[in-house]
Amino acid sequence: MNSVEGCVLVTKPVSNCPNCGAKIVFQWSSSVQTVCEYCKSVLVRTDVDLKKIGEVADLPPDISPIQINTEGRYGDRSFVVIGRIAYEYEQGGWNEWHLAMNDGSSGWLSDAQEEYAVTFRSAQPDLPSSSQLQPGQQFSWSGQSYILTVLTKAHYRGVQGELPFVYWDKTDVLFADLRTATKKFATLDYSDPQPVLYLGEFVEFEDLKMKNLRQFEGWS
Amino acid sequence: MSADTPPAAAQPKPITKALNCPGCGAPITLRALGQALSVVCESCHAILDAKDPNLKILQSFRKITSSDPPLIPLGTRGKIRGNDYEVIGFERRSITVDDIGYRWHEYVLFNPYKGFRYLTEYQGHWNDVAVCKEQPIVDSRLRIPLEANYLGEVYKHFQTADATTELVLGEFPWQVAVGEHAQLTDLICPPRVLSMERVSGEMTWTIGEYMYGREIWNAFRLSGNPPDAVGVYENQPSSFTTNVKQVWIAFALFALLILALMAGFEIQANSQPVFHAGYQLNQGEPRGESSFVTDTFELTGRTASVEVSTSADVSNNWIYVNYALINQDTGQAWDFGREVSFYSGYDSDGSWSEGGQHDSVVVPSVPPGHYYLRIEPEADALHPRIVYTLDVKRNVPVYEFYGIGVVALLLPPIFITWRSMIFERSRWSESDHPPNPIFNINTSSEDDD
Repeated sequence: MNSVEGCVLVTKPVSNCPNCGAKIVFQWSSSVQTVCEYCKSVLVRTDVDLKKIGEVADLPPDISPIQINTEGRYGDRSFVVIGRIAYEYEQGGWNEWHLAMNDGSSGWLSDAQEEYAVTFRSAQPDLPSSSQLQPGQQFSWSGQSYILTVLTKAHYRGVQGELPFVYWDKTDVLFADLRTATKKFATLDYSDPQPVLYLGEFVEFEDLKMKNLRQFEGWS
Repeated sequence: MSADTPPAAAQPKPITKALNCPGCGAPITLRALGQALSVVCESCHAILDAKDPNLKILQSFRKITSSDPPLIPLGTRGKIRGNDYEVIGFERRSITVDDIGYRWHEYVLFNPYKGFRYLTEYQGHWNDVAVCKEQPIVDSRLRIPLEANYLGEVYKHFQTADATTELVLGEFPWQVAVGEHAQLTDLICPPRVLSMERVSGEMTWTIGEYMYGREIWNAFRLSGNPPDAVGVYENQPSSFTTNVKQVWIAFALFALLILALMAGFEIQANSQPVFHAGYQLNQGEPRGESSFVTDTFELTGRTASVEVSTSADVSNNWIYVNYALINQDTGQAWDFGREVSFYSGYDSDGSWSEGGQHDSVVVPSVPPGHYYLRIEPEADALHPRIVYTLDVKRNVPVYEFYGIGVVALLLPPIFITWRSMIFERSRWSESDHPPNPIFNINTSSEDDD
């Protein structure tokens, strides 16, 4: 197993896949769910054991340059990609890559149309319900005003690797993208009855200084 | 990573895929596998669903593209802003303004790490275009913004028009369709253009920067010459406009220098009196044939100016004095005539006066030597006695030259400002806000006659 430099990993919880017996190592101690690489079982951590809750189909081929184990830097923190959720919508597909930050927190890197954004879950009261949403609406969180630009009805395609929550077997999911006059960016996620807010910003590919990227034939 | 195995060997992943068109069987290469949504068959022009492994036909169109091929062939790679990009798609769009159709071309560029970028070309004018990451600030009450603030710069509304997709080729990261309409709004801050595109409720902002055909040709190593740019494009930088400020700054600097020179010479100019004499022209004395010469006086020092002042006690009449400043040593002469006239009176507006009893003139660049003046006064036939005095001073400050210098210096900035104005008028004449004509020709009044 290649080690993750700079990550605060005291112990890596190790277990075995209850379905096929393959060894399962958690990179991030707070991961709740993972997918067995061999049998594609969706596994959820209980106190000690792993419980199989389902299976995922193979993910559609995509050409995101990011992959599990891609390392990079965001600001003064380093991260390693440990999981992802893949979505599809009418304009194509995108991934929400789950980042284990070296300070122990969890972040997300989205790659829709290869426009990259890093976001973190933000606990804010009184989030709008999905029926209230309309493009052009303004919201203000943490002193920053956001304008709702796009509502995206996405189709869940699958999961890979470790996630900080149980997430699988979804169908259609609604997302609201919010932009600002700066690179700051927000997403409202309506996957679950309770909306979840992610705040972050658009980032330049170069600025993430990523290593262990996918190689593409004819491109360097 | 969920298993204790090394990650899959880092095999370069192919991102192109060779397929066949389900419509005509022609080979199709997908260049942005997984990212392109549509691909157009180059041989039968069927628009295919790039996401579908069977390349379902979405639309067929019968436009002949051979008459309007992409200037940069699909598959060509070039360096834009330091990154390699491959041309994967091409479309022609058009707008109609006042029954005139305007067509332009758009190229889709792709890099598997950096994503998509676009080039637009209209009559030899190019733009490098990317999707805005920052949201431009606009007055949300207006459906069409008249102004936008993007990254601290103000963009002015140029044009809003309905664009139709006429022709497509290659791959697109969106579901492309011939005949699709989009509302396009351009706001400009040369050399940049901010575009808002509205398609069925969805709004996209892009930011473009003007590029010259030569830069595109170099970036993609294309042979031959780029098409000549026709006219002035909406966000084309004006070399005059960029120079206007600099040229005025240069003018200000030179004007200051002239002022400094003037101040310097002013200090040097000592206005040294060299000759003084008084004369009189007796009442009714006949004009002409009464010329006389003064005593000789010496002009010393370097070549410098000479001021000749004439004062006369004229009141409601005039005296005209023909002078010749003659160098006794060389015979060189400076001829000039001066008039002193003074009129005053009363009318319904009160008292008035015109002219004065004093006149002076500066003769520039007079070399040192011995000089005298030949004087020939003239006056009205019925003039009273006129007493006049003559003063000659050496080395007086000459302001006229500085004035001429400043005027000469003014010519380039005025010319450049004028050219810039013409350029800007030409730019805006193609917009939704054409400038008023410089010469307002009123034709309606002629109809009344």
